[in-house]
Amino acid sequence: MWKWINSFAKPEKAYWLCDVLQNWFAVVATASLVIGIVWGLGFAPSDYQQGDSFRIIYIHVPSAILAMGAYVAMAIAALVGVVWQWRTAFMFMIAIAPVGAVMTFISLFTGSFWGKPMWGTWWIWDARLTSQLILLFLYLGVISLYTAFEDKQQAGKAAGVMAMVGVINIPIIHFSVEWWNTLHQGATITKIGKPSIALEMYWPLLICIVGFATFIGWVTIVRMKNEIIMRDLHRPWVAKRFGGLVDLEAAVANEKDMKGGQ
Amino acid sequence: MVALKSVFLKDLALAYRQRAELMQPLMFFVLVITLFPLAIGPSPETLQRIGGGVIWVAAILSLLLGMERMFRDDFADGSLEQYMLSPTPLYMIVVVKVFTHWLMHIVPLFLISPLLALFLHLTFDMYVALMLTLLLGTPLISFVGAIGVALTVGLHRGGVLLALLLIPIFIPLLIFATSAIESASMLLPYHPQLAIIAALLLFSVALSPMAIAYSLKVSQN
Repeated sequence: MWKWINSFAKPEKAYWLCDVLQNWFAVVATASLVIGIVWGLGFAPSDYQQGDSFRIIYIHVPSAILAMGAYVAMAIAALVGVVWQWRTAFMFMIAIAPVGAVMTFISLFTGSFWGKPMWGTWWIWDARLTSQLILLFLYLGVISLYTAFEDKQQAGKAAGVMAMVGVINIPIIHFSVEWWNTLHQGATITKIGKPSIALEMYWPLLICIVGFATFIGWVTIVRMKNEIIMRDLHRPWVAKRFGGLVDLEAAVANEKDMKGGQ
Repeated sequence: MVALKSVFLKDLALAYRQRAELMQPLMFFVLVITLFPLAIGPSPETLQRIGGGVIWVAAILSLLLGMERMFRDDFADGSLEQYMLSPTPLYMIVVVKVFTHWLMHIVPLFLISPLLALFLHLTFDMYVALMLTLLLGTPLISFVGAIGVALTVGLHRGGVLLALLLIPIFIPLLIFATSAIESASMLLPYHPQLAIIAALLLFSVALSPMAIAYSLKVSQN
């Protein structure tokens, strides 16, 4: 079992796994996003207080949950990479980082657009909003640290340390921000209270969450395949696999040109 | 032990001989605080209200400026490689280096803070709370910040990147420290905040030396 798991540390095996998983993720993501969003936006009953504007929940909540989930996945990959020296773990880490950052941004953006009609303001220093904003900064920190290094192996390790420091900090930040908020603001507009959601509204939301999760997985897999090929361009297995499909020599020369230009 | 002591003495001597470089973050600290009354207005009530927060934000920013020095020279002249090769564990050397850096950079900050408390019309209780939170919080900044410094030491323009990496991580500390000062201004007890900062400090002292040592190895490649 352990040996089998460890075999995915090899890029070619990881690439094979990506290939296998890619289509499954694509099918599930497309299906559940279409079903969930059409159901949620078109057919679920509108809220008795918020009217139709509550429907943004079908974008907002999945992106907010999965922004955090993607960060944890990234940190776990970093841990695996640091402890067991898997090159592919760092590749996964950097493949998912921008996806998670975009998810965080989407949740902030949709939250802001939801806040305007409901709370009457685009932004409020609510505990959840603030910790989501800080999460975005943590993502950007990991990504910018990664891009600052020339040597991508070194970059992966450095960004991995940062991702782990971040994941230890997320609960502390969340807790402290919540405390800060209750200290400074008390009961203001944000006490909307979560009404236990009706089942007709709940099902599409659940499907949307599955859809977003598999969509993140899908995009990450595609990015990871890209990353593996980019790093292993000179290895024989890449040539063997793509020898008939792409002009490797030209690709290598092209990459060298790009590096020379930097 | 001998090795650790000599690292301590060496860093102390080096910092003392580069006094100008020690002074710069301190002057930055004072200047930032001087800007606030000018920007917001000189009324004592306003200044007293924002004073604790202003001093803490300025302290974090000025510490970030001085932090780059922590491993830079050792990295440049190759001492860092020698530390890695030496039989003394790297994380112990790192603890000594971080502690020395804290000693040389924070003591001046303490010495100057009565003046700043005067500038911002802090009450005596607020001043005591400020000193206590600085005493507990600044080593936390040094230890956690050293991870970032170790990661960026090999980069040519790591300064701004360092700030980008570290500022989000210092947010909890800032929240607890300023809330302690605010409680002090209302004559409320602020032990819980101090206890939490102390817990964060102990946690970071326990774990960060390992992370710093690993990061230094990554930077040394």
